[in-house]
Amino acid sequence: MAGGGPSLMDSLFQRSLDDLIKGLRLSSPDNKLNFISKSLDEIRREIKSTDPQTKSTALQKLTYLHSLHAVDMSFAAFHSVELSSSAVHSHKRVAFLSAALSFNPSTTDVILLLTHQLRKDLSSPNHHDVSLALSTISSICNPDLARDLTPELFTLLSSSKMFVKKKAIAAVLRVFEQYPDAVRVCFKRVVENLEGADMGVLSAVVGLFCELTVNEPRSYLPLAPEFYKILVDCRNNWVLIKVLKIFAKLAPLEPRLGKRVVEPICEHMGRTGAKSLAFECVRTIVTSLSEHESALKLAVEKMREFLLDDDPNLKYLGLQALAIVSENHMWAVLENKELVVKALSDVDVNIKLEALRLVMSMVSEDNVMEICRILMSHALKSDPEFCNEILEFILLTCSRNVYEVIIDFDWYVSFLGEMARIPHCQKGREIEAQLVDIGMRVKDVRLELVHVARDLVIDPALLGNPFIHGVLAAASWVSGEYVELSRNPFELMEALLQPRTSLLPPSVRAIYIQSSFKVLTFCIYSYLGLDGDVASEPLSDTELDNDNVVITHRQTSSPSSSKHNLTQESIMSLLNLVETNLGPLAGSDEVEVQERASNVLGLIKLMKPRIIGGLNQSEEELKASESIKLIYDAFSEELAPVSLNSQERVPIPDGLVLKENLNELEAICGDFKLPLSTSFSLVKTRMFEKDATSISECQSKEESEPSNESTSLLSEHRKRHGLYYLASESKESLSNDYPPAHDSKDKAIDEAEDLVKLTEQSLVFKKKSNPLKPRPVVLRLDDGENSNFVSKKLEVKEDLISGAVQEVLLGTEASTSSSRSKLLKKSSTGVPELKDDTGNNDISEVSLVGSGRKKHSKERKHRSSGKEKEEHNNKDKQKSDRRHSKHKSRQRADSALAAQSPVIPDFLL
Amino acid sequence: MVNKQGQTRLAQYYEYLNLEERRALEEQCSFVEHRNYKVVYRRYASLFFLVGVDNEENELAILEFIHLLVETMDRHFGNVCELDIMFHLEKAHFMLEEMVMNGCLVETSKSSILSPIQLMEKAS
Repeated sequence: MAGGGPSLMDSLFQRSLDDLIKGLRLSSPDNKLNFISKSLDEIRREIKSTDPQTKSTALQKLTYLHSLHAVDMSFAAFHSVELSSSAVHSHKRVAFLSAALSFNPSTTDVILLLTHQLRKDLSSPNHHDVSLALSTISSICNPDLARDLTPELFTLLSSSKMFVKKKAIAAVLRVFEQYPDAVRVCFKRVVENLEGADMGVLSAVVGLFCELTVNEPRSYLPLAPEFYKILVDCRNNWVLIKVLKIFAKLAPLEPRLGKRVVEPICEHMGRTGAKSLAFECVRTIVTSLSEHESALKLAVEKMREFLLDDDPNLKYLGLQALAIVSENHMWAVLENKELVVKALSDVDVNIKLEALRLVMSMVSEDNVMEICRILMSHALKSDPEFCNEILEFILLTCSRNVYEVIIDFDWYVSFLGEMARIPHCQKGREIEAQLVDIGMRVKDVRLELVHVARDLVIDPALLGNPFIHGVLAAASWVSGEYVELSRNPFELMEALLQPRTSLLPPSVRAIYIQSSFKVLTFCIYSYLGLDGDVASEPLSDTELDNDNVVITHRQTSSPSSSKHNLTQESIMSLLNLVETNLGPLAGSDEVEVQERASNVLGLIKLMKPRIIGGLNQSEEELKASESIKLIYDAFSEELAPVSLNSQERVPIPDGLVLKENLNELEAICGDFKLPLSTSFSLVKTRMFEKDATSISECQSKEESEPSNESTSLLSEHRKRHGLYYLASESKESLSNDYPPAHDSKDKAIDEAEDLVKLTEQSLVFKKKSNPLKPRPVVLRLDDGENSNFVSKKLEVKEDLISGAVQEVLLGTEASTSSSRSKLLKKSSTGVPELKDDTGNNDISEVSLVGSGRKKHSKERKHRSSGKEKEEHNNKDKQKSDRRHSKHKSRQRADSALAAQSPVIPDFLL
Repeated sequence: MVNKQGQTRLAQYYEYLNLEERRALEEQCSFVEHRNYKVVYRRYASLFFLVGVDNEENELAILEFIHLLVETMDRHFGNVCELDIMFHLEKAHFMLEEMVMNGCLVETSKSSILSPIQLMEKAS
């Protein structure tokens, strides 16, 4: 007895599970890990003992540590197997429990060693052993185990002990999943149990079908009569809930079925006191039977009851059910509107969120203002988290489909401004994007937008809130961009330069400075009288005309704009103000800020002599006014949104290779990318007057115009990197309203033309319009492909099961061979082959045809034709060597034959 | 009802013993959506019973199931408390095993659930 010594010691002084737990509880948190690893060392020693009691205790302790302290116990897998053969039931229990909890069906290789023991236990006369084995199988079953144990399970399915039978049914689900061929063997016996009287068995079998129908309901349509019987006769709520779930899946497939079951379901809903059953009835009706109006009305009434209930769970579920109905039957929500709104102020976050979702689903053109107002008042009252949740929903809903629901944009922009001022608001980013977006898309709203922006920019308190710096960036951009609509540019300038702007991050500050640049340009421009007094400027004829067009246009949009009292004094003080404020920034170490500040200062330097000099024009002063005009016109160029798929609309010219050299392309493009995403206005700073103003001129003419410096640069660039340019002849064929997205600075000339056109056309709409085309086609295709791909993968297994099920139920022998061969090849075969054969299509056809008065199982037999029989026998011969164990159980050729037997039995008609 | 995935790693669903990791349970409504699952929970004194279910499941039925489990344990241990479950984890497992197999509820009668365990206790 070499091992006797230590083993005896171990068993005498071994710590029990209780000791371990007590020790764990006593040890301090810091010490815990230490204690666990010490115990683990003990366990490793003890578990090797030959004494089953010692081993069992060690395993028990290890299992405990594994489940509650996440200790890895894979090293003990073999010991579990060893102990499972113990004759003592309690040891066996410990062994199987540890196996069920720790084995990984796909990686633990000792599982196969369990096969023999499990088989022995499954046929044991002691039903506790049997049930233990069954529950172990349902946790650790893998395909091999499933295959090997199918015969035993089949025997157990007809056990006379209900205790065993129900567990066998529950376990068989797992076996089906792992080894779909088991369906052929066991399915009939499972179905027979649908008519049993024992509640445990019925509950198990209905639960099994509930799981199966989730994935592939169509195969189970033939069982509808059995389920119907249970629905009508059964009084057990657990079972009824499951049956309802099954019908929720089946009813959409067969309209007549819906008609049939809707009545008993309503009856249950009215009769039952159990909320769970009542709710399940409601859910079944709203998801699958919503076309039955009277039933839906009843269900909505029930929902109302839930909503009025004090129990938050019921309230939540009621709201959820309403959300399901709302997709197709908005009236149900509107009927309960006040309850939903009330739920917004519930204490429970989940309920509030659900209510919010519902409220937003009610939004339409007519009520958007009212709803937003209500929500806003809620947002003000709520805690920060929910407040932002509300804001997010509002922003999302209102901007949906390019502001589809918004009619009154004036209201909406001021609403956005209001939103930004909510103390908890953290949605600055989204508001920022929408303000700019609306500014570009909706011309009519700009006046109001400028007012809103002014109010935001001018308020010094807002500068301290980092969450809305984005909003401020947008506001300052808007006020700079549309400065001609501003009532008082001087005031605006003061706001843009106020001392507290030092609180802004550099990127936002740069936008502020850029805006002040625009404002300044505008002021000087107005002061010099360039807008009205055109004749004084030595301009060529064409330009003059164009100018007039632009200016009169601007004046009509804001009659007040050019009427500011601009005196030399006021403009000088403005210049000085800017100079004092921006002077220090020329030395800023933030490049963006520094550069823009220098730009402004440079402009001032250029302009000062001209303004001081009054109206006596010298040569140099003339130049100054000319350049201010250039700058001003560059700024008054409009930006407009560019369609995401504009690039796509450019036809690929012959000889352009798109699929090669992509790496190289990236290296070159990297240089160009930055400006657009970070700031608003860079793109057009270099645009030149000639190109910018001529809206009506056509493209070809524009191209032939004398090229200036930057065009020549561009053409040089084009010559050198011709590969990365679109061939110039293609330009004419691409549609005018979609220039290539994101033109970079040095391509500005050509593209400016397109941009103008785009602006022109995308702003034509009045109140509500949709300048953008629907989502890019390519994206959608990608999505579709991906999801198909995934679902196909998932389907494979289910198809195997349902294929087998259909075979058993319908006798479509064709599928046997295919799914069988499929199993052999398994992963290598594709899905479609199987799909074709499982007879999915057959069923729907057949079910409509079937109108006989006999029970379906009988009918099947009679319909078989001789020819099929022959074929079938051949197939069977081929297979028989592999299947002998199953042959007894299977309904032979006769019943399995007729592929076109009717499926839906008479009761439906 | 324990989901299929939950079934393979049953231990995850037994973590109602170490509460400190459980967050976001202050809400009064008993359903929390988490990734693809719903977590249905119920609180008994200091213990939270959590059941992860898929979206198909009936939440209220799960609440009833939890209650049944607690009642069963109550009958077995007599006024069940956290310590009972801690020290008799395997028994709790067995009870659950009797009630739920492979994600399907198979037994709802308290005495039938407990009879195997009582037999076992007698034997040892």
